[in-house]
Amino acid sequence: MSSDIRHEISQSRPSIGEAGATGDWRNEFPFVVAETCVAVKQGKITCQICWAHCPDACIAQGMPPTIDLTYCKGCGICAEVCPHHAIGMRPEAEHGVCAIEEGDAR
Amino acid sequence: MTTRVITGNEAAAIAAKLARVQVIAAYPITPQSPVVETLSAWVESGELPAEFVTVESEHSALTVCITASTVGARVFTATSANGLAYMNEQVWWAAGARLPIVMCIANRAMAAPWNVLNDQQDSMSERDAGWVQLYCRDNQEILDTTVQAYRIAERLNVPVMVCYDGFLLSHTVMPVDVPSAEQIDAFLPPRTDPLQLVDANDPRNIGPVTLADPRTDADGVARPGYMEFRALHHGALLEALEVIPEVDAEYASAVGRACGGLTWEYQLGDADVGLVAAGSLTTQLTLAVESLRAEGVRVGVLGIRAYRPFPAAELRSRLAGKRLAVVFDKALSYGYEGPIAADLKAALHSAEKPPVVFGCICGLGGRDVSPKDLAGAARRAIADADAGVRERKPDWINVRPEGGAR
Repeated sequence: MSSDIRHEISQSRPSIGEAGATGDWRNEFPFVVAETCVAVKQGKITCQICWAHCPDACIAQGMPPTIDLTYCKGCGICAEVCPHHAIGMRPEAEHGVCAIEEGDAR
Repeated sequence: MTTRVITGNEAAAIAAKLARVQVIAAYPITPQSPVVETLSAWVESGELPAEFVTVESEHSALTVCITASTVGARVFTATSANGLAYMNEQVWWAAGARLPIVMCIANRAMAAPWNVLNDQQDSMSERDAGWVQLYCRDNQEILDTTVQAYRIAERLNVPVMVCYDGFLLSHTVMPVDVPSAEQIDAFLPPRTDPLQLVDANDPRNIGPVTLADPRTDADGVARPGYMEFRALHHGALLEALEVIPEVDAEYASAVGRACGGLTWEYQLGDADVGLVAAGSLTTQLTLAVESLRAEGVRVGVLGIRAYRPFPAAELRSRLAGKRLAVVFDKALSYGYEGPIAADLKAALHSAEKPPVVFGCICGLGGRDVSPKDLAGAARRAIADADAGVRERKPDWINVRPEGGAR
């Protein structure tokens, strides 16, 4: 080899928080209505369709499944795929991350 | 070694076979199609033990090559003009992911308007994408350069475009010495050590979001930022300035024939004037030199084999002491001038007593360029230089200002 130029590519190991705390990318946040969730109603780990579809792997299986809002980007896929409509989306302002009310002059 | 009378496209296909490529993915486009038609026939017959992946577009063709190369396969594809433009996004990905893909480009004019004939606008427009670009002047060089391209690509972890003029070479037969499989096996060992080892037990994100600044990853390991990766990539292209001639010399030891490394010259040593071009035009220029020398004009040819990386130092050295360099570009950076002319001027900027550089635009969309035309353009350039002109607009060879057929 004619020189010691380093050969390296950009790569990472899949792990929690590899792209940073992406929760602050959200415009809307998901919320789970536990009594509507089929897993809660049946008292066992069933359905879990939201867990399977989350593209950021930030939903944990459970009764009901839980969503890690530190990393959830608010894409809304979980709300879209829930067959029992147990997941809804609300504006981020309601969650309190963004405290500015609409029309509030800074 | 056997001598065969073959087209440039056949030479490219034979080279891919001699390189023992493992995955081929391509979409047909004139004038490249016979390359992959030939390879697919060999895969079908079992003569070439490779996977041939048929795809619905050039974008997918290069994507298949990217994924196969990522897991360690030696891959091949070929395209032309709008097919290359359609690949554009993945052209950048292949380079940034540092994959040793070899792609033959049968150079063809870009549409609109449609034109299937030769110029070099297609690959010249990919100049900045981070690939090595080598230009071939005859069918022998197509075969030799395509085999060498794998060695260069795999040493540097950068993809290589092997560019040759559509129809003028791709569909024109000439004698080509075909090395034996044993000769090429000795020169080109199987691919080893990909930068990305794909292992289900050690999963990776390859080419993930990489932010501007270096940062510590989730494992606590310091990772370069985007700009550091770009600097490393640029370093590899600059390293190619040494690796390309080294590989050419290794090839000469194994096969008994060299292509000239970065540049090539003909009767340039004692010349006052250098005629500069890339590809088959350089062969045409040797004929122009014959007629100009018969008139007592001391001219020579300087052929560019490696366009990226640009061999600036070698060009400065080969043109040292010349009074004029006339550059013949089969491409144009619209609103400026021919790409080789512009790059050569920049390369000569720091030279002591640099030659005047005049550009010519020729052969666009397959417009014929004869040795007589080239000699005429050289005479005009010499007359301008003799008249003290230092800066000139490009000379459009044979363009008819009235725009009509005669």
